[in-house]
Amino acid sequence: MEQIKSNNSNKLKQISPASKFLAKSYDVNARDKYYALWFLGPSLLVLAIFVFYPMLKTLYLSFFLTNNLGQPTVFVGWQNYLSLLTSSSYLASLQATLIYVFAVSLLTLGLGLLLAQTASFQVKGSAFFRTVFSGTMGVSVSVAAIFWLFMFNPSVGLLDQLATILHLPVINWLTQPGWAMTAVVISTVWMNLGFTFLIFFGTLQSVPITFYEAAQIEGLSKTRQFFKVTLPLISPTIFFVSIITLIEAFKSFGLIDLMTAGGPNNATNLLVYRIYQDAFLSGNYGLASTESVILAVIIAFFTFLQFKILEKRVTYK
Amino acid sequence: MSIELQKITKSYDTNLVLEDVSVRIATGEFFAIVGPSGCGKSTLLRMIAGLIPISAGILKIDEQVVNQLPPQDRKLTMVFQNYALFPFLNVAENVAFGLKARRLAKDEVAQRVKQALELVNLSDFAERKPRELSGGQRQRVALARAIASDAKICLMDEPLSNLDAQLRGKMRSEIRELQQQLGLTLIYVTHDQVEAMTMADRIMVLHDQHVQQIGSPAQIYQQPQNTFVANFFGTPQINLLTVQHAVSDQLALDSFLKFELPTKLTAGTYQVGIRPGDLLVDFNQSQTNAAVRNLEYLGNQSVIHAKLDHGEEIRITVANHLAVGINQRLLVTAKPNFIVFDQQQRAVLFVRGGKQDGTDQIQQFQQA
Repeated sequence: MEQIKSNNSNKLKQISPASKFLAKSYDVNARDKYYALWFLGPSLLVLAIFVFYPMLKTLYLSFFLTNNLGQPTVFVGWQNYLSLLTSSSYLASLQATLIYVFAVSLLTLGLGLLLAQTASFQVKGSAFFRTVFSGTMGVSVSVAAIFWLFMFNPSVGLLDQLATILHLPVINWLTQPGWAMTAVVISTVWMNLGFTFLIFFGTLQSVPITFYEAAQIEGLSKTRQFFKVTLPLISPTIFFVSIITLIEAFKSFGLIDLMTAGGPNNATNLLVYRIYQDAFLSGNYGLASTESVILAVIIAFFTFLQFKILEKRVTYK
Repeated sequence: MSIELQKITKSYDTNLVLEDVSVRIATGEFFAIVGPSGCGKSTLLRMIAGLIPISAGILKIDEQVVNQLPPQDRKLTMVFQNYALFPFLNVAENVAFGLKARRLAKDEVAQRVKQALELVNLSDFAERKPRELSGGQRQRVALARAIASDAKICLMDEPLSNLDAQLRGKMRSEIRELQQQLGLTLIYVTHDQVEAMTMADRIMVLHDQHVQQIGSPAQIYQQPQNTFVANFFGTPQINLLTVQHAVSDQLALDSFLKFELPTKLTAGTYQVGIRPGDLLVDFNQSQTNAAVRNLEYLGNQSVIHAKLDHGEEIRITVANHLAVGINQRLLVTAKPNFIVFDQQQRAVLFVRGGKQDGTDQIQQFQQA
């Protein structure tokens, strides 16, 4: 008994302040560590093969020229980066992407919240609209693309037929540069709305009704209740959704590919779509890797910015 | 300010929630509304607050009909079960919430917040966020918000039910003191009979969409108008024993447990209600009429659960600690304090000390 005690106290003396802290919070011995490895192993393996290795390989390739099989041939250092960041067409893509991402994020958030708030009112038939509003969650990208291609078609499309009836000029939605971007934004927002609506609706339902009762007793109108009570209370969800939407918008591919294929005149050639073109159509794997790294940095930067700006205004319960 | 309810009724479509609730609550009165969950007590409170519309009947505040008045014009405030403190505002901002909504001058807001926080001893916590406070402190912030609004009517919806038992006891007296100090007319909804009994000037018992009884705690306890009220108040519960009564001047369960009637009752089936403390036990008699089923030791008293030979389970409280075993035989007799209920579960006779007690009230109640 005495011996064990003195052993323990010796051990404690040897531990440095930093490891003392660790020992306090984890207190694992060597055998437990091996044991933990068994549990972590499978997921680490999967992540290593499908995430870490491709990431590192992309970073590696971004410094090389490659052959058609994607094998590195000539080490060019920062040359790929320099040529991209000085290429006017790449910068145009970057600009188009930023416009697209902000338009999509803002509209998705705003409309999602509006729909959710509308569907929250207890009126007859609101259950029906809840289903309709969340409906796009069940629509695949290809179906949505075909649907919107029909909508935007200048001769048979609903939008231009309406324009004709109302004596408004007919718009060539998908072949005029400015309108093509608008059309893609509209379709993407429409696709996003189902998910966003569902998240916001669920959050609104979880706000205890007593908050509104308290506000009502103090005489706040419905509009002021929305801004003074609802918005601050659901701010964590708004923050969460805004980050998801932003990242998803940066990664948009399917709708672009099926609706405009980057056209007309590269007006909707977003960064992700460019990567696809450079890698799989032109076989320029080195350059495409460089673009991927740049895109990753851009997304990381905006997410970081969002955390910095928005999180100050967010109150968790 | 007084509040008057005249035949207040609430229904959703064909579903009746409350019917014909009438009462006059005096200025400065502490009025408790008690009932089991789902009895409509919170609905009634929200109708008084103006948060949900009244289906039928008249609501008067300060002699004015206010049925159509929006909540903010009814000059009242409300404290909620979950406190409804905004997590994104600190304590002072929470207290000031209503004042700012009413667009009061900044100085006045600051002064009222300061006073209210002083009253509930939270001045040092003004800058804290609600999540940094304990349950009792949050409760006090909610009280401060009500106080700051300066309204003379305060509605409370189960304000203590999220607190632990000890704190609840403490807050009971704090709320009572504040109410006295500020002269508030307070309507207090609770499902906890102890809260109602200990705090209120008068109690309204709600059950089955109807008012069961309105009265002072003593009236409610000593003269429950029906078996529901009798059962609801008092721990342990009152004993309700079914007795066949042929015309004579007593109700007898067996040859020992008998209830002498000061007035004659017609023949029929009755229930005798007797509080556990009004039963007497004797373990040293050769003749017995019951056996111990269980014993609960509560410190200041013990509760004996016994089964009468004639079949009924009864609860008896005794002042001292007993060393008795399960199945031990005992003799149970009754003090002459009891209540007789008819087959409709209504009280027909109160007996205290062998004498009839308060029959006038019963008749009044039954006529009403």
